[in-house]
Amino acid sequence: MRAEEFSERKDTIDGWAVNLVTYRIADRWYCTIDNVDPGARFARAEGGTREDAERTALEKAQKYLKQTRRFPASG
Amino acid sequence: MTAQGQGSDVLVSTDWVAQHLSDPSVRIAEVDVDTAAYDQGHVPGAAGWNWTTQLCDTLVRDVVPKNKLEELLGASGIDNAATIILYGDNNNWFAAWAFWQLKLYGHQDVRIMDGGRKKWLAEGKELSTEAPKAAKKTYSAKAPDNSLRAFLPEVQESVKGGKASLVDVRSPAEFTGEILAPPGLPETCQRGGHIPGAKSMPWAKLANDDGTFKSPAEIKALYDGVGVTGDKPIIAYCRIGERSSHSWFALKYLLGYNNVKNYDGSWTEWGNLVGAPVEKP
Repeated sequence: MRAEEFSERKDTIDGWAVNLVTYRIADRWYCTIDNVDPGARFARAEGGTREDAERTALEKAQKYLKQTRRFPASG
Repeated sequence: MTAQGQGSDVLVSTDWVAQHLSDPSVRIAEVDVDTAAYDQGHVPGAAGWNWTTQLCDTLVRDVVPKNKLEELLGASGIDNAATIILYGDNNNWFAAWAFWQLKLYGHQDVRIMDGGRKKWLAEGKELSTEAPKAAKKTYSAKAPDNSLRAFLPEVQESVKGGKASLVDVRSPAEFTGEILAPPGLPETCQRGGHIPGAKSMPWAKLANDDGTFKSPAEIKALYDGVGVTGDKPIIAYCRIGERSSHSWFALKYLLGYNNVKNYDGSWTEWGNLVGAPVEKP
């Protein structure tokens, strides 16, 4: 058993740069999404197809990113 | 094993691991941020360690207690003579966290698989969902070596006296206080910014796109560029101490700087302290 059809691509969600990693192990597809900077994974999903896994992970990512607040970068 | 000078005894390649899967002196453990990743499939024979329950004190905020670490290692078939190979997701964030704790408790031979879980998957290397069948061993940890760890009073003294180089390894937006946590993750502090005097050197700058560490020469040039040269003690911090474990590893083992500490209290301690000085940007 091994990861197959491994792919990685950059995307943007609500102005945040994200990185999607998708692969298949046996008959399950997995997608993880991390923010490009600093590279932390914050959403993941699995599904029967690549599209299912990525769509669900992107929905979760969008939900979580909406909770990130931006503050003025000065005192 | 990598053959690039410094670090050749603590950093191994995915190919090296693939060639040592049946080596009885080698024990492998996966430590992920995503504690469910291991169950999808892992390096054959690897144990799966949960950083939220097995690599910390679950009552008090602290590193794993000595007796709990001894139990974990023994149950994973690891004795004091074993070569431990650690790997994980997020470019080995929590593998580095585990590495730091194993060094804290004096394990002699522990190494990180360069590139971690993502590289192993990307290369299509063999995976298993079987639980490892290692016979239980007895492990005896040493007393914690706190020369590898910075506590709050030492960091406060460093701010006042400038006796140590403070390195903030979080992202630039966390350093400036624009955000309080990596995007998409829960905010765990009351204030944004950084510890006064800290230099910003995001951990991600030390890594290549495939998650492997850059060469020691490249990493040294990055740190030299912000004035962190190893001529005085270095204290690395991030948000909860795992990203700074990654940078601590690079500073201590790839660059060979002697006096490097990980401040695991990090920003979740400093950024929540009443009255603590904060610098922005």
